Amino acid sequence: MKKRLEAMNRPSRPRWAVLGEKMLEGVIRLCGISAIVFVAAILLFVFREAAPILFGDRFHLKQFLLSVEWYPTSVSNVRYGTFALTVGSVSVTALAMVIAVPFGLGAAIFVSEFCGRRMRETLKIVIELLSAIPSVVWGFIGLTVMSKLIVAYTAAPVGVNILNGGVILALMSVPIIVSIGEDALKAVPDSYREAGLALGATRWQLVYRVLLPAAKNGLLAAVLLGVGRAVGETMAVLMATGHAVHIPHGILDSVRTLTANIAAELGEAPVGSDHYRVLFLTGLLLFGITFAVNLTAELVVRGIRRK
Amino acid sequence: MKTRAPAIETRDLSLWYGGFQALDGVSIVVKRGLITSLIGPSGCGKTTLLRCFNRVNERYGCVSTKGEIEVLGKNIYDHDVSLVELRKAVGMVFQRPNPLPLSVYENVVFGLRLHTPRIRLRRSTLDEAVEKALSEVGLFRELKDKLDFKATSLLLEQQQKLCLARLLPLKPEIILMDEPCSALDVDGTRAIEELMLGLREKYTIVIVTHNMAQARRVSDECIFMLLGEVVEHSRTADLFLAPQHHKTAEYIEGRYG
Repeated sequence: MKKRLEAMNRPSRPRWAVLGEKMLEGVIRLCGISAIVFVAAILLFVFREAAPILFGDRFHLKQFLLSVEWYPTSVSNVRYGTFALTVGSVSVTALAMVIAVPFGLGAAIFVSEFCGRRMRETLKIVIELLSAIPSVVWGFIGLTVMSKLIVAYTAAPVGVNILNGGVILALMSVPIIVSIGEDALKAVPDSYREAGLALGATRWQLVYRVLLPAAKNGLLAAVLLGVGRAVGETMAVLMATGHAVHIPHGILDSVRTLTANIAAELGEAPVGSDHYRVLFLTGLLLFGITFAVNLTAELVVRGIRRK
Repeated sequence: MKTRAPAIETRDLSLWYGGFQALDGVSIVVKRGLITSLIGPSGCGKTTLLRCFNRVNERYGCVSTKGEIEVLGKNIYDHDVSLVELRKAVGMVFQRPNPLPLSVYENVVFGLRLHTPRIRLRRSTLDEAVEKALSEVGLFRELKDKLDFKATSLLLEQQQKLCLARLLPLKPEIILMDEPCSALDVDGTRAIEELMLGLREKYTIVIVTHNMAQARRVSDECIFMLLGEVVEHSRTADLFLAPQHHKTAEYIEGRYG
C-alpha cells in the first residue's frame, strides 16, 4: 500500500516537455501532408497560367491534342498542335523501355540471386553512381559520342534521333529499375527459395517459377518508375533527339518531345502570350500522361493483389 | 524384428559454418520405412544434420563438410550425383509452412512441372497427381472445391499438409521434417502426427523436434544429439525408459535444454 502511494507522488513531466512534444507532433504532421499541398499548389499554378487559353474562343482542344502542326510563332497562321510532340515522347520512351526493361530486370535478378556478396556490393555502388550522373551530361554524350556512332554505323543522315534518345533514356532508367527491382526480389521470403530448392529446382527454375511470380508487383512498380523517369526527362532528350516536330517513320527519324518543347520555347515566349499559355497547357498534358501511368500502375498492382 | 536396409548412413560426418563446427564426427544409420526423430537442445546440430541429407545446407556459401553421407546406398557427395535427383528422392517439410504464393493445385504439381518436359504434361496427369497427393495427406475432401484458392490463404495446418502433399508426386523415398509442428496448434499438431504415422513404412521419415513428447509419440527410433555430436541412438522406447548415457537421462528429465 505504501509503495503505491509513493508511486502516485512521483513528479509529473514538466510543462515544456509536454508542450514541446505536442509541437513536434504538429511539425511532423505538417511534413506528412506537405506533399499533398505541394502537388495541389503546383497543379493550381500551372492550371492558372493555362486556363485563359483553354477557355478562350481562339483555341480548339481537338486541334491542340490531335494536330501535328506546331507553328507557335507564325505571323499569318498560328497553329498549336501537339500530337507530333506526344508521339515523340511516346516513341522515345517506348524504345527506352524496350532496351531498359530486359537489361534492368536481368541486372536486378543477377544482383539479387546470382552474384556473390562482394560483387553485389560493387555493382550496387556502380549502379548508384550511374543514376547520379546529371542528365545534361547524358545529353552531352548523346550529342557528341552516340550521334557519331549512329551516323557511322547506320544509314541515318543525322545522329540525333529516336534511337539516340532512346538509348540515353534507357541508360538513365536502368539504375531505377535495377534498384527497385532488386528490392522487390529481396523482399521475397527466403522460405519460398528453400521450398523451390528442396523440390529440386535449379537456380534458373527458381527465378522464373518462384521469384518472378512472387515479386511481380514490385517488378512492375520498378518498370513503371522507369517509364516515369523516361517520360519526364527533359535535358537529355532535348539534346539527343534532334528537336524536329514531325511524326517519325522509323527509329532513325528525329523527333521532339513534350518536355523538350517546353524547355526550349518557354524562355522565348512572352509572358502571358498565347504561346506561353499553350506551353503551360502542354505541361498539364504531360502531367495528365504521368498521372495516367501511375494510376494504371496502382490499379494493376491492386488487381494482382486481390487475386 | 526383421532387419531393415539403411535409408541414410553417415560416416564420421563433420560440418563447419565458416570457423564454427556444427557437426562433429556424426555416424548414424537411419533405417528404411521407420520414423526417426532427432532430439537435443537448441544449437546441438540436429537441423544442420537434417539439412545435410538433401544438401540444402550448401546454399549458404561458407559451409564445408568432411565425411560421407550415403542416401539410398549412394554417396551424395560423389561428383556424379545430381542435386535435382537427390532432392526429388529426399523431400523436405520446413518449420513454418511455406507453400508458394500460387494456387493449391499449382503447389501440388509444382514439382512435376519442374521435372517433366512441358509436352509430356497432360492436364489429366496433373489432375490425377493432385487428387492422389491431396488424398494421401487427407486434404482432398476439404480442398477439392478450393483448388484455385491461393495456398497462402489456407489454415496453417492445411498449409503444412499441402507442403507434404507437394512432395508426393515426385515419389520421394525419404521425407525430412524440420520441426513441422512448431507453428501449429494442438489440433494441427495431432493431425500432422497422425499423418506421419499413416505414411510410415511407405516413406522413411526423419523428423527434428524440440518436443520430446512428440518424439516419443511418433518415432520408432530416436537420436539424441549434443554440441554437434550424437550421444545416443536407440529405439525410442529404450531411449526414454532406459537411457544409456547420463546426458541423455538428464535431458529427457528436463534438467537442461
